[in-house]
Amino acid sequence: MIDSLWGALESGLLYAFMALGVYITFRILDFPDLTVDGSFTTGAAIAAVMISNGYSPILATLSGFGGGLVAGVCTGLLHTKGKINGLMSGILMMIALYSINMRIMSKPNISIYNMDSIFISVKPLIIVPIIAIVVLVLLDRFLYSDLGLALRATGDNERMIRSFGANTDLTKIVGISLSNGLVALSGALIAQQSSFADINGGVGMIVIGLASVIIGEAVFGASNVIHHTISVVLGSIIYRIVVALALRVEWLEASDMKLITAIIVIIALVLPSTRRVIKQKKMAKKRSAEILLVGQKKTMGGGM
Amino acid sequence: MLQLNHVAKLFNPATPDEKIALFDIQLHMKPGDFVTVIGSNGAGKSTLMNIISGVMKPDTGNVIIDNEDISHLPEYRRSQWIGRVFQDPMAGTAPRMTIEENLAMAYARGKQRGFSLGVKASKRKLFREHLSRLGIGLDERLHAKVGMLSGGERQALSLLMATFTNPQILLLDEHTAALDPARAELITQLTESIVREMNLTTLMVTHNMEQAIRLGNRLIMMDGGRIILDIDEERKKDLTVERLLGEFEQISGHKLSDDRLVLG
Ligand SMILES: Nc1ncnc2c1ncn2[C@@H]1O[C@H](COP(=O)(O)OP(=O)(O)OP(=O)(O)O)[C@@H](O)[C@H]1O
Ligand SMILES: [Mg+2]
Repeated sequence: MIDSLWGALESGLLYAFMALGVYITFRILDFPDLTVDGSFTTGAAIAAVMISNGYSPILATLSGFGGGLVAGVCTGLLHTKGKINGLMSGILMMIALYSINMRIMSKPNISIYNMDSIFISVKPLIIVPIIAIVVLVLLDRFLYSDLGLALRATGDNERMIRSFGANTDLTKIVGISLSNGLVALSGALIAQQSSFADINGGVGMIVIGLASVIIGEAVFGASNVIHHTISVVLGSIIYRIVVALALRVEWLEASDMKLITAIIVIIALVLPSTRRVIKQKKMAKKRSAEILLVGQKKTMGGGM
Repeated sequence: MLQLNHVAKLFNPATPDEKIALFDIQLHMKPGDFVTVIGSNGAGKSTLMNIISGVMKPDTGNVIIDNEDISHLPEYRRSQWIGRVFQDPMAGTAPRMTIEENLAMAYARGKQRGFSLGVKASKRKLFREHLSRLGIGLDERLHAKVGMLSGGERQALSLLMATFTNPQILLLDEHTAALDPARAELITQLTESIVREMNLTTLMVTHNMEQAIRLGNRLIMMDGGRIILDIDEERKKDLTVERLLGEFEQISGHKLSDDRLVLG
């Protein structure tokens, strides 16, 4: 039990980079980017191929990150220059990446079992938190830079930031690229942790990323960017703990996790709007009762 | 300073919905000119602003700032010369970001946006000074999210953001129209003092006739995509709202119809 919790902590941190990527597109840019399912595998594929060809794990990991950056630039170009709808650009890129990933891997599954990896020389539970903190600090520092502010404003009020001279096509491309870079970094690290890369490894990642973002926000809040990004990382860890616990429930199967994840996201998406509707109905009832009462008083008062 | 030469703009050309929004507009503004613009709904005032700021490209004609033809430049490139405040108080600021972050983005106008920190201690001091001049206590709330501010506060902040980097041209499109009269008056006063202090070349669309006469050194009237009347400083001095409306009717052949019309 304790072992599986440590395991959850470790993979939660590794998947947290993916969740941070999803946070950048969904929350900052307000751009639902489905490239994620493809770019996660791209990161894993590049890292696995390079490691099995004897390259250093660090170089392999960074190359995976780079592959994600490039994939993101493509999605960004499709959306901004090609004027293709956001969802569609992501879907197109995701499909295209399937073939590209297959080309990179040249077979559906690569094992790097017993080969070199980032986790060989240092214990995962030491190196992973260090990487997570470094990435978090760099990301937050970026989001508070002049370019980062423009990126955030692009999702908040595009017209406004354009009137102050930011090229919003560029900020979108930068954001989507960075997002997919982080997703691919996550893929590269997961491939090394699990000792293999699979062509279908990224399926459903986008929903897992969303679930992590939503859980993090709900449990830990999101008052500013630093707070928000930390919440997302913690959300990813909680998600993995939930998965670990769910796997111990007898009548649940491992493959049920995607359904459970989808349900978490659905609840999180539906709840705020239903709450708003209920609140409005209540308000309407109260107001009409008040207005009726005032009307009755007036008529009772007679005269005018 | 600002020149528009033979500018025309059609919407939905060659369809049943074809609309001439601007027709052969000639406008020359000298440095320091403060021009107020009035006109009926659909006269083309906002289109004129959008053509100058680059939101839209004219079909014919060109836009010149400081003897440089900028007609081909996209909106984000022109913004180094142009400050803008929109009618909608929501439009000019980023609601989920703080007051100081919004100011930092305005401060970066016309500069390369890189990796240096957006809000630094030195900038914060400058922001606070500027904010305190607005006199509405925003200097105490640098870390507040702009979404928490009232419409009037947001519009005051927008005005500051549009002007404090000293733009060549300031465009105001009914920037007080969405506010209640007291707040509108505050923003008008702020506008007047900022424009005067910084000697900004300003084009201000307003639906308030009295304001159009009182502010600025020149008044133009638009109708049906044309500038139908151009009143200089001398003639503006003894203009009244009645005379203005009278002139409009005489030239255009119909009454000035503006759903937000305020006489004074
Ligand atoms: N994007 C657009 N597509 C089609 N027609 C447009 C568009 N924008 C403006 N128009 C039309 O062009 C004409 C001029 O519009 P504009 O917004 O410039 O008027 P305005 O003088 O600002 O009016 P108001 O006082 O209502 O703000 C109007 O008839 C309007 O319907
Ligand atoms: Mg208008």
